Amino acid sequence: MTLRRRAVVTELLRERGELLVVAGLGSTSWDITAAGDSPLSFPTWGAMGQAAMIGLGLALAQPARRVLVITGDGEMLMGLGSLATIGVQQPKNLTVVVIDNERYGETGMQRTHTAHGVDLAAVAAACRINNTLTVSADLGPVREMAYRTPGPNFAAIKVSDEKLPLVLPPKDGVLLKARFRRALLGDSADVLPEER
Amino acid sequence: MQPDWPQEVHRELAAAGVRVVGYVPDAGHKRLIELCHGDRTMRAVPLTTEEEGIGLVAGAWLGGEKSVLLMQSSGVGNLVNVLGMVKVCRFPLVIVVTMRGEQGEFNPWQVPMGENTARVLETMSVAVRQAGDAQTVAGHVHAALGLAYETQGAQAVLIAQRVIGIKSFQEQRNQ
Repeated sequence: MTLRRRAVVTELLRERGELLVVAGLGSTSWDITAAGDSPLSFPTWGAMGQAAMIGLGLALAQPARRVLVITGDGEMLMGLGSLATIGVQQPKNLTVVVIDNERYGETGMQRTHTAHGVDLAAVAAACRINNTLTVSADLGPVREMAYRTPGPNFAAIKVSDEKLPLVLPPKDGVLLKARFRRALLGDSADVLPEER
Repeated sequence: MQPDWPQEVHRELAAAGVRVVGYVPDAGHKRLIELCHGDRTMRAVPLTTEEEGIGLVAGAWLGGEKSVLLMQSSGVGNLVNVLGMVKVCRFPLVIVVTMRGEQGEFNPWQVPMGENTARVLETMSVAVRQAGDAQTVAGHVHAALGLAYETQGAQAVLIAQRVIGIKSFQEQRNQ
């Protein structure tokens, strides 16, 4: 039985606790919103290819918190170099999960490179990402990775290429930024680090 | 005597509490990159392409930390689309750019981006500060850091090629 993306993301974010979440442009931003919008989620509406790097910046700034990037195969393919950058930094608190439907879901379901056999988990492993997985059934190991295993970690989850109703997060970038910082940093989000 | 601008800039970054320094190497930034790597209060992050720096800066600020990016003028061309996120989200951003394609350039392929670096940045709403001589670099970086973090704006400091002073490929190799 093929995995379905909304159920996958809902399972990954179940009882997410203190987890910090970044989602890539397109379907994965709708997926994390369908699972339950949270101020500690940063869904992107642009900057395609940067989800993993936003996750790295966050992981370096917040070494005591777990950071989970949930993005699509098309978005990850646009930023493959970021896997090399993450591999050099070795953040123990960062996991990147690719929801891989082998399609550009927002632009007409064109086949991505993964549909032609490009292996993202192998790329990640070659970039010195410590733990890598490709999963098409059991999500238990991915949850273990995201919440417990010292990183950097990477999982590609193969899902069906269904077209789903949009579940949209807020669009205003300033709101998304400000609510994330307040939820994470408390009142001190509104003052500069040297003024805290 | 020429001021030691890399040391002065490093001092400004440290004084402002910059914790993350993303860079794509440039010969003109060699010394500053070394100073940042040598500073235990900073995490110097080599990037495979300049646009990764925008994601890095955004993530670091979401997590409460200040950062800067170091790159050369040609790399500014790699930033265009992702600067849209900086504008829409009003992420504080400071980019320190060493210029190529100006006075003394030996590589014609550096010239098109060099001639348009300021225009590309301004087109994407990044304010540009021109540091035309070594004496003014640190002051511009100080001002850029202040404006970026006090007003949630995007700032770039362009360091003129005559400040870097590379005249030939051989001299750059020997640097």
